[in-house]
Amino acid sequence: MKEISDLNLPDDVKYTKDHEWAKLDSDIVTIGINDYAQDQLGEIVFVELPEVGDTFSEGDEFGSVESVKAVSEMYIPISGEIVGINEALEDAPELVNESCYDNGWIIKVKPDDVAQLDNLMDKPAYLDMLKG
Amino acid sequence: MNQQSGTSGLIFNEPLLWDKSCKGRCAMSLPRQDVDRAELDESLTGDAPELPQLSELDVARHYTRLSQWNFGVDSGMYPLGSCTMKYNPKTNEVQAARQGFAGAHPLVGDEFSQGALKLVFNLEQYLAAITGFDAVTLQPAAGAHGELAGMLIIYAYHAKSGKQRSKIIIPDTAHGTNPASASLCGYESINIQSGENGILEPEAVAAVMDEDTAGIMVTNPNTLGLFESNIKEIADIVHSKGGLVYGDGANMNAIMGVVKPGELGIDVLHLNLHKTFSTPHGGGGPGAGPVAVVKSLEPFLPIPRVVKNLDSYKFVTDYPDTIGRLHTFYGHFGVLIKAYSYILSMGAKGLSDASKLAVLNANYVKESLKGTLNLPYDLPCMHECVFNDEFQKKDHITTMDMAKRLLDYGFHPPTIYFPLVVEGAFMVEPTETESKEDIDQFINAVKAIAKEARENPEKLKKAPLLTKVTRLDEVAAARKPCLRG
Repeated sequence: MKEISDLNLPDDVKYTKDHEWAKLDSDIVTIGINDYAQDQLGEIVFVELPEVGDTFSEGDEFGSVESVKAVSEMYIPISGEIVGINEALEDAPELVNESCYDNGWIIKVKPDDVAQLDNLMDKPAYLDMLKG
Repeated sequence: MNQQSGTSGLIFNEPLLWDKSCKGRCAMSLPRQDVDRAELDESLTGDAPELPQLSELDVARHYTRLSQWNFGVDSGMYPLGSCTMKYNPKTNEVQAARQGFAGAHPLVGDEFSQGALKLVFNLEQYLAAITGFDAVTLQPAAGAHGELAGMLIIYAYHAKSGKQRSKIIIPDTAHGTNPASASLCGYESINIQSGENGILEPEAVAAVMDEDTAGIMVTNPNTLGLFESNIKEIADIVHSKGGLVYGDGANMNAIMGVVKPGELGIDVLHLNLHKTFSTPHGGGGPGAGPVAVVKSLEPFLPIPRVVKNLDSYKFVTDYPDTIGRLHTFYGHFGVLIKAYSYILSMGAKGLSDASKLAVLNANYVKESLKGTLNLPYDLPCMHECVFNDEFQKKDHITTMDMAKRLLDYGFHPPTIYFPLVVEGAFMVEPTETESKEDIDQFINAVKAIAKEARENPEKLKKAPLLTKVTRLDEVAAARKPCLRG
């Protein structure tokens, strides 16, 4: 497994305590799991996705990722409606391992209140949390 | 006794039955047809199923060879934590095969089934005495089924009291199936964390327990192999808000004949006869998951129940508050005979000695290996102990690699990556039935593997090397499963 210093943590996304990332593009937020999460889980074999049109409140479970080792729930960091899911993951869950910030994105959300994103961590704050 | 049990040897290969099939080959000679051939109506016909065509010897060799690839508790130590893979004494099988039991038919009626009913009644009494509860049902077919039965009883209790509740508390050291059983009853799981030493703190329970919470599901001893020493205080907190305490008895092998869960404030408990009471486990099953309850929950037990009247026994179904029937007839009767045989052949002292030896063996493994593998919770354990791969990380060796390598040494791997509270968990449950010599061999094997991890990590990455098939591609198997022969 990677050392903390080897993790790929882009500056232009926000991080959650559950090791997800979120990025705002015009008025849509894209969400996935970050490099630390995919590295800890190991090779991912299945991603359980919500359906477009589902609505969630901040902190709700919206799906799960399954690796050979374990199944982990994913929690939505912002309230809103699902407007996109990464259907490519159904046949190629390994995209989450190979490209967690690009081709391995998981959902797109139309947020009820964009300001909720301010509660998430930037890269330095997230790194501090990992180092404990 | 220093011989390594894992070694190489001739292993027969064996294709699928369909690949061995030869058109027209058959295991019997059919008598000559002596009636006229009559065609079936077309609506009744279709393509014949594709069955392999084989001789009796083909079939006998096929299954004999497959059985030789197998690993069971009869072939070696099976230290699968949380599962209690203890040896199944052969006398159990002898008793279950007795003509009176093996030939019994569930439809002959109470009058001609007195022996079977007596066994059921007595076994319920014995399990009630061992656990300290007032009544027992033997119907549930497995541990998770027993959990479901227990949760249905709790649900029925709250319904009867006039106000259903919506939540249930489940600690992170509970068994993995607990949240599923609660969800099936419509309860939302409220997860709480155990304290720093792996034991559940009363304050954590008090913080979430309210009058909309149906109760708590506690596994004691918990999945870290630790005794929940605050259980009575926790039960008092839950009871004070009108909730009930569900006890997962899967780890009963640590406390049988020593602690009675019914005296700890637990209201409902399930047992696994295939763990604690030495009936076959896993593929050798089926299992049985009896449920024991306190007096106030007895009306909710599944029907039918066996009642004794003077010297005769009968099934009774007239219990208006029952949760209903959980299994056809009366559960897995063959399993019940084996557990009954175990209890009678061990006796009270034998049962408590079994638990004491199970705990002694686990502590022996824990103390012997704690410098070799990291021990996250260094406390006296009960029947199992949990290590992890922290010491091996510098060589990039994982719990998975070490578990696979144990196969080469002739041992079944322990439970790995569970419980989730320990990252990279390596959970060993030796059980009372292993001798000191066998446990020492296991300990030596783990030490040898830890040495290999330092000196030859690449070899471990490829393990197992001596088995019929070597390292399997579990990722491809999960991503692209091949579900047909």
